Amino acid sequence: MKLPEDLFFSKTHEWVRYEQDGTAFIGLTDHAQEALGDVAFINLCDEGESFEFGDVIGDIESIKAVTDVYTPVSGTVTHVNDELLDAPEKINSDPYGSWLVEFEGVARNEELLDAEGYEKFLAETE
Amino acid sequence: MVDTVKWEYYTFYSRFGNNERRMMVLDIKTPLYDMHLKYEGKVVPFAGHLLPIQYGSGITAEHMAVRTAAGIFDVSHMGEIVLKGPDALKNIQYLMTNDCANMADGQVRYSPMCNENGGVIDDLLIYKKRDNDYLLVVNAANHDKDAAWIKSHTSGDCVFEDISANTAQIALQGPKALEIIAKLTDVETLPVKYYSFTDGVLVGGLECLVSRTGYTGEDGYELYTANENAAELWEKLMAAGSDLGLIPCGLGARDTLRLEAGMPLYGHEMDEVITPFETGLGFFVKMAKDDFIGKAALQAKGEPKRERIGLELTDRGIARSDDNVFLGGVKIGTVTSGTMCPFIKKAVAMALVTRSGVTPGDVVELDVRGRKLKAAVVKLPFYKANKA
Repeated sequence: MKLPEDLFFSKTHEWVRYEQDGTAFIGLTDHAQEALGDVAFINLCDEGESFEFGDVIGDIESIKAVTDVYTPVSGTVTHVNDELLDAPEKINSDPYGSWLVEFEGVARNEELLDAEGYEKFLAETE
Repeated sequence: MVDTVKWEYYTFYSRFGNNERRMMVLDIKTPLYDMHLKYEGKVVPFAGHLLPIQYGSGITAEHMAVRTAAGIFDVSHMGEIVLKGPDALKNIQYLMTNDCANMADGQVRYSPMCNENGGVIDDLLIYKKRDNDYLLVVNAANHDKDAAWIKSHTSGDCVFEDISANTAQIALQGPKALEIIAKLTDVETLPVKYYSFTDGVLVGGLECLVSRTGYTGEDGYELYTANENAAELWEKLMAAGSDLGLIPCGLGARDTLRLEAGMPLYGHEMDEVITPFETGLGFFVKMAKDDFIGKAALQAKGEPKRERIGLELTDRGIARSDDNVFLGGVKIGTVTSGTMCPFIKKAVAMALVTRSGVTPGDVVELDVRGRKLKAAVVKLPFYKANKA
């Protein structure tokens, strides 16, 4: 199980990478992609939409299941990763390289876990 | 809760929780349970058994292996019931909608089994070993119900024996299946025709009933053997097939393969209120034969009001069972199964809709989790193997 040290994690299995300029990238954790299996489609919100922590910003369809994606931060979406729409399998092969959307105007969310905390959370829920 | 099991349900009970937690002591480990762990199976409870949704390589790779090389499946959860005695055939004729009177020894026949209303109790395979000696293979989810139904509807000199608990079943499917099994047995002893079988075949020295059947749309075999042989047989087949691309396949690939091949699944395309005629299984109902359970009701119903159709999604997304189907804004039916098919690389679905409402080429709309997705009506099956 890969857990990059520079990311933060939600209990609903999304990751966040905060950038210096107040933007943030979010994606699905390795645990999430592993549980979902082969991803077939993703549906994401539009650029310019604003969300609060915990809102649904899209869904991910694997062959065996479909799941909502909850944003781990509050803010406005500046970019949607269009490349992933045509190559959703990258979420399986490179979960931490496959960002779904970029947010701006993001404040640090204290409810998120660091790598160590997320690892502990996974161990507890398994 | 209905008595049917939808496998995707188990993978999605709670967001990415642990499967282990949901396993109850009631769920049976098949004789191949250790193999599932050995080959990194994601084991889940399914129809009262612990079976892998997928192995380490994933559903797509498993699906592709069966279409291009071979896959091996544990299908030991299926139920096996023996009917023996001078009145065995008479009872089978009364229980089943298909006509089994003209079956030769070593033949397999598919049939729905209906209730008095013409709904489907189960769909199953009937093996004729010899006169007065038949084997029925039933769906795991329906096993208890079937056993009770068959027991209570047999009469005369007919012995009922449920051998499910002692019988393991391994499916070896794909274009390389023959080449693989041939390494372990005398090919002269193998069944040649589709839907035929040979009993007492030694495969790797282990006694099996070998049947040229399957649920993948591909050529292949289903091997029935005693529980104690199962793991050894599995490993021998794996060893024989390792250089030919054989990999273990789970319930996920079993579902995508049968769906791509347009094959119905009990609990999805049929249930106790859907009749065989409605779901495109009319060929397996012989109204001309003597009385059978459901015949009067099916006769009274006349022409079916619904039909099973194939759909290919043209918008991005996957339709799932119970999604509604619309034509020109009017609901015409519901999706019974849907998935992404890895070989044809299309999201497809089967649906039960108002009869003659649509024809191939028509475009319908599917309500998929609140989104309206377009789908084209296509002929079934979505995929047909080029069998030599």
